[in-house]
Amino acid sequence: MNAEDPAAAFRIEAGELLEQVEQGLLDLGHSLADMDLINAVFRGLHTLKGSGAMFGFDALAAFTHHCETAFDRVRKGQVPATAELVAVILSAQDHMRALVEGDAPDADGEAILARLQHALESASGAEPPVAEPGADRQGWRLFFRLPADAMANGTNPLMLLDELRDLGEAHIVARTDEIPPLPDLVATQCHIGWDVTLIGDISREDIEDVFIFVMDDMTLELEPLGDETSDDTAEADSCAVATSPVADTPQAGAPSSAAAASAAKAGESVRVPAERLDELMDRVGELVIAQSRLSQLAHDGDDLVLRSVSEEIERLANELRDTMMVVRMVPVASLFSRFRRLVHDLANDTGKQIALVTEGESTEVDKTVIERLFDPLVHIIRNSCDHGLETAAERAAAGKPETGTVRLSAHQASGEVLITIRDDGRGIDRERVRAKADANGLIQPGQVLSESELLSLIFHPGFSTAAQVTNLSGRGVGMDVVKRTIESLRGSIDVASTEGEGSTITLRIPLTLAIIQGLLVRVGNGSYVIPLAAVEECIELSLEEDFRSRGRSLINLRDRLVPFLRLRELFATGTKPDTHQKIVIVAIGNERVGLVVDQIIGNHQTVIKSLSAFHSGIATFSGATILGDGNVALILDVGQLVAMGQSVDTEEKIHAVG
Amino acid sequence: MQLADLADVGATEAHGIAWSERGEVEVLTFELSGEVLAIEAIRVFEILDVLTDTVVPGAPPLVDRIVNFRGKIIPVADLRLAFGMERAEQTVDSRIVVIELALDGEVTLLGLWADRVLEVATFVRSQCEEPPMVGMRWRREYVRYLARRPNGVAIVPDLRTILETVFFERAGS
Repeated sequence: MNAEDPAAAFRIEAGELLEQVEQGLLDLGHSLADMDLINAVFRGLHTLKGSGAMFGFDALAAFTHHCETAFDRVRKGQVPATAELVAVILSAQDHMRALVEGDAPDADGEAILARLQHALESASGAEPPVAEPGADRQGWRLFFRLPADAMANGTNPLMLLDELRDLGEAHIVARTDEIPPLPDLVATQCHIGWDVTLIGDISREDIEDVFIFVMDDMTLELEPLGDETSDDTAEADSCAVATSPVADTPQAGAPSSAAAASAAKAGESVRVPAERLDELMDRVGELVIAQSRLSQLAHDGDDLVLRSVSEEIERLANELRDTMMVVRMVPVASLFSRFRRLVHDLANDTGKQIALVTEGESTEVDKTVIERLFDPLVHIIRNSCDHGLETAAERAAAGKPETGTVRLSAHQASGEVLITIRDDGRGIDRERVRAKADANGLIQPGQVLSESELLSLIFHPGFSTAAQVTNLSGRGVGMDVVKRTIESLRGSIDVASTEGEGSTITLRIPLTLAIIQGLLVRVGNGSYVIPLAAVEECIELSLEEDFRSRGRSLINLRDRLVPFLRLRELFATGTKPDTHQKIVIVAIGNERVGLVVDQIIGNHQTVIKSLSAFHSGIATFSGATILGDGNVALILDVGQLVAMGQSVDTEEKIHAVG
Repeated sequence: MQLADLADVGATEAHGIAWSERGEVEVLTFELSGEVLAIEAIRVFEILDVLTDTVVPGAPPLVDRIVNFRGKIIPVADLRLAFGMERAEQTVDSRIVVIELALDGEVTLLGLWADRVLEVATFVRSQCEEPPMVGMRWRREYVRYLARRPNGVAIVPDLRTILETVFFERAGS
C-alpha cells in the first residue's frame, strides 16, 4: 500500500462500493420495502462519501451526500422507496462512477439531483411518512475510547469529535486517566477517552455512523439523556442495537451486524496485484518442469533414496500447483452480477419485461478467463434481449408469460466450464438466417445445410438478422467477435434454438489457461502435445490401411467418415512413417478430425508457454511446453487442425461427387 | 507482431550504431561459415552452449528453431540463411548468442547461431565502411557496415532489416 497512489487505491475501493450499491439498488427495485437492502445501499453511499472526502474526491463526496441524504430519509421511513427513486439513484450511481474516474460533466450531476428532488417529492406526496420521528429524545450521553494504534491506522479523533459536534450541541470532556507516565508514553498512540454529551434530536444510528470506520475496535458507551427513556438504557449496553421508534426496530440491528460482517470479510482476504499471481504461476510452472526432469532422472537411476525424495517433491509440486490454480480461481458471481444492470437497462431501452436468472454463480474459473469472458457475454445477452425476447404484447399473444427470462448459468464438467445463456424468446428464425446468408453471398442458393451449419452462420463476420439496426445490437459486429474471443480462450461455442421457444448458447471454456493435460505424441523426430480435453480416442492405422487410404484422407469410424491429417506430411518431417502409426481422433464441438502420428508417448502435464512474435502467427500451434528432458514440444492448436481437416473433408467430398 | 514497433526500436538500435563520443563501439565478434560477424556488445544478453533445438514446422526458415532457455522458450535465428550460406552441423565450438530485441514494445530474447564466438572488440568509426554498391556476395541491405580488421573483414549485420524481411516474406506467403 505504501508506495501505491492512495487515489488509485480509493478508485478500486469506490468501484467495489458502487458495485455493492448497484446490486443493492437492483434488488431493491424488486422488493421496495426491504429494509436490509435500504440500509445496505445507505451504508454503501455513506462509506463512499466518507472515504471520497478523505482522499480528496470532494465533488464525489458532495454529490454522494445528496443521494445519501435522500436514502437516509427512506431509511428513517420519512419517504417510501419508489421505483422512480431507485432509478434516479441508479443513474446517480453512474454519475458517481464518472466522478471517481474524474470525467463527469457537472450538468449531468445537476440534472440528476433535480430528478432526485422530484422523485423524493412525488414519493413523499404519494405516501406520507410511515413512522413518527422519535418524539422526545433530547440527546445522548456517550463515552468512547479509540484503540491505542488508531492514529497510526489513519483515524483522526479530532475529526470524529467534529462530526459529533455537527450532530447537535455537544459538550466534550477528555478522560485522561489512562495516559501512561511520560517515560512510557509513545507519542503516536492515543490514550485519551472522551465523554460527550449531545443535545438534540439525534438518532442512535447517526452517532454510530460517526464511528463507522473504527466501530469494531473501539469502546463506545452510549445512553440516552434524561429519565423519560430510561427503559431503553438497559438495552443500550447490549452490543446489538435496538432503538425506540417502533418502525425502526427491525432494521436497527442490521447496520452494526452488516458492518461487522464486512469487517470480518476484509480480515479474511488479501488483495494481491494480479501480476504477482502471474509471476508466482510462472515460478510454479518452472518448478513443475524441473520436478519432472528430476523424476525422470530418479527413475532412470537405481538410487532408492533419490527416488523417494523425488516422489516427495513430485507430491509437493503437484499440491503447490493445485493450490496455485485454486488461488487464481474466482467465482463467476463477480462476472454474472455485472449483467444485472445490463439487463435492467436493456429492459428500459427496449420496453420489454426481462428477468435475468443466474445459476451456478459459485462455479470458479481462472481470473484471466473471467476478464476475457465479459465482452462476449455482453454481446450474447444483448442479442438475447434485443432479438430473442419478444415484447410483452407479443408474448401474451403467443401464450407465454409477459416477462421474458434470460437464464445465465455456469457449471463445471470435466475440466471445462459450461456457461449457458438461454432465453425463452422467439428463437432464431432459420428462414431469415438463410435469406440473409443468401443475400450476403455466404451460401449458395439452394445449398443444403445441416441444422448446426445453418445456425453457426450467425457467427459469420458481417452477419446480422435484425431487420432494423437498433442502438443495442444488429450491426452485425458481435457474434463473430464473440466466437473469436471464445476460441482464443481455447473454448468453443454452440447454438441451439427452437422456434417459438427460445435459443440456448453454450460456451465451453477451459478451467485454466496456464496448465493443461496433454497427450504427448511423436511425429518424425519431433514431440508434440495435443490438449487431452479435445482427444476422443486413439486408433491404430495399419500400413495396409494407410496404403489403401492413400489418395483420400478419410477413415471409417463406426460407420462415420472422419477426415484425417497426416501430421508427418503437414510438418514436412521428411521421415518414413512408423509401421504402427496411430490416429488420434480430436473433436471440437461436433466436428471430428483424425491426426496421424508416429507414436503416442503418453500423458503430459503441460505448462503452456507462449511462442514469440516470430512464431505466434503460425496457426497450427497454440504454444509450446518444456518436456521432462528440458526439450521443447509444440502444442497443437486443435481448433485450427479441425478446421483444416474439415476443409480437406469438403474437398474430398467435392472430389467424390465430381 | 507490429512491424512499426520493430522499426521504431530498430531506428535507434539496429540501423544506427550507438557510437560513443569518441566514435567507438564495443562489439562481440563470432564466426559463421568462415565469415566474421559483429553484434554490438551492449545488446548481447548471454552466450550459451548449444542446446537441443526444436523445429517449428511452418516457420520462416531463418527463425525456424526454438530452444528452452532457462524455462523460457526463445526463437533461434540462423543468419547463414540471410547471407546465402548453407546450414551447417553443430560442433563443439558452436554457441548460441542470445540478444535482446524490442518487439511490440516488449523485450524479447532471440538466439543467433554462431560456429564459434571470438572476442569482444572495439571498433572505431574510421575502420567501418558502408557496404559497396556493387560487388558484394550478400544482399546489400542486410549489411550495415563492413569493418576492416587486422586479418580480414567483419560484417556488422543489419538485424532490423533481416528480421523485417522475415516478416514480410511470411505475410506475403
